[in-house]
Amino acid sequence: MIRFKLQKQLSPRLTLDVAAELPPGQITALTGDSGAGKTTLLRLLAGLSHADSGTLAVGDEQWINGRHSLPPQARGVGMVFQDYALFPHLDVRHNIAYGASRDDLPLVEELLTLTGLAAHAGQRPAQLSGGQRQRVALARALARRPRLLLLDEPLSALDPALRSRLQDELLLLQQRFAVTTVLVSHDIPEVFKLASQVLQLADGRIARRGSPAQVYLQGSTAGRLHLNATVLAIQPADLLWRVTVQSGGSMVDILLDHDEAAGLRVGSPLPLLACNLTPLPQASRA
Amino acid sequence: MIDLQPLWLTARLAATTSCILLLLGVPLAGWLAHSRRWYKPLAETLVAMPLVLPPSVLGFYLLLAFSPVSLLGQWLQGFHIQLVFSFAGLVVGSVLFSLPFMVQPVAAALSSLPDNLREASYTLGKSRLYTFWHVELPCIKPALVAGLVMSFAHTVGEFGLVLMLGGNIPGVSRVASIAIYNEVEVLNYPAAHVYAAVLCGFSFLVVLAVNLLRRHSERLAA
Repeated sequence: MIRFKLQKQLSPRLTLDVAAELPPGQITALTGDSGAGKTTLLRLLAGLSHADSGTLAVGDEQWINGRHSLPPQARGVGMVFQDYALFPHLDVRHNIAYGASRDDLPLVEELLTLTGLAAHAGQRPAQLSGGQRQRVALARALARRPRLLLLDEPLSALDPALRSRLQDELLLLQQRFAVTTVLVSHDIPEVFKLASQVLQLADGRIARRGSPAQVYLQGSTAGRLHLNATVLAIQPADLLWRVTVQSGGSMVDILLDHDEAAGLRVGSPLPLLACNLTPLPQASRA
Repeated sequence: MIDLQPLWLTARLAATTSCILLLLGVPLAGWLAHSRRWYKPLAETLVAMPLVLPPSVLGFYLLLAFSPVSLLGQWLQGFHIQLVFSFAGLVVGSVLFSLPFMVQPVAAALSSLPDNLREASYTLGKSRLYTFWHVELPCIKPALVAGLVMSFAHTVGEFGLVLMLGGNIPGVSRVASIAIYNEVEVLNYPAAHVYAAVLCGFSFLVVLAVNLLRRHSERLAA
């Protein structure tokens, strides 16, 4: 079990003050608005920033005890950075092997195979796609056999289809290595898919915690969908106005009366409310 | 036929200076790139001083400091080291005078590397020294080569400091730039022409090499 209780002054008016337990071998998602302290907490867990006070216990080891803190080199962490931070002068194999011990070279080959990177082992990061770079970063972190895996929005730069595929791969690898993981994510579907626990940070404190369903579903669901649309065209239609808007990649015509259309211009934002939602037929889904 | 000794001496001085600068300047550049000490601006200023200081000024102070009557000179003589009017003294002066040409491009390149490259290496269990050697330096190879080439070229072109600290002793301190001055003094213009042409050609090649390196590194970055 990994337990932490950490304090750090983030700004004159904001202090990070958090305490939690991370379930062993599972993924804990760290969510919250920008500036809430997610990345700082991740850096404290990694040893890249110093806490003002607190404790971090990993099994029977104390990684942080008051102002005493183990350096990142002495902690068994693996970290995947948002921009991957791959070493540009090393090829894929040497990037993955960088943190591995000499005895773990078979593990490097296994990770190359598991991540589908064996054919790219001799290529440098600049020659890889975004998804391949993400796989290298994850494999590099796992090759160190970490006790704690830290993922700082590792999939945020990828398109939705690739993101979904890599979430599956991430989950498989995480379960294969059974490593306790902290994932920073803004993506609620990603949190539901990957995490067993959510810590929602707000203003440096844990505002909500629990399973994804406990944090996101209780009392916060609605039968209606709010959409943000942008006005593309406004044309008269008998007594009404036909307003063409774009939302979520679709263009839709809606009819507004004179009062509702008053003040609208091409390019104006127009909040919409969608009711009676029904899923697309199976055959029509992308 | 001209005396080739000044050219050979110049090459030897520039090569020795560049090697020492590589050993001293790179760690110093690493410290300047990452340090947050209050006295860092002071160190940066001292390193950059030779860029604006007349070479004769530095030569004059070094001449006084290394002279046998000074405390430092006497202390050095205890070890049978004489730095005035000697090749060793020229090397010390050249290292100080060419320091910014090695330190500044390397420090700038190290500062421009993303922090998370170092941090990734730390989380992968590697020490600061290992990270500096295996991650940071390989990533700034063009800056290292540019620093080395510029230091070499700057040493080749030294005049005031060499004349002040080393004098004009054949085989000891008469480098190519001093030899030109010497040949003009004795009205041997053909020899001065040859020395000057060699230095011109060399300078052209150096600037061309640095420009090609810059283009290469820009292409790599793109």
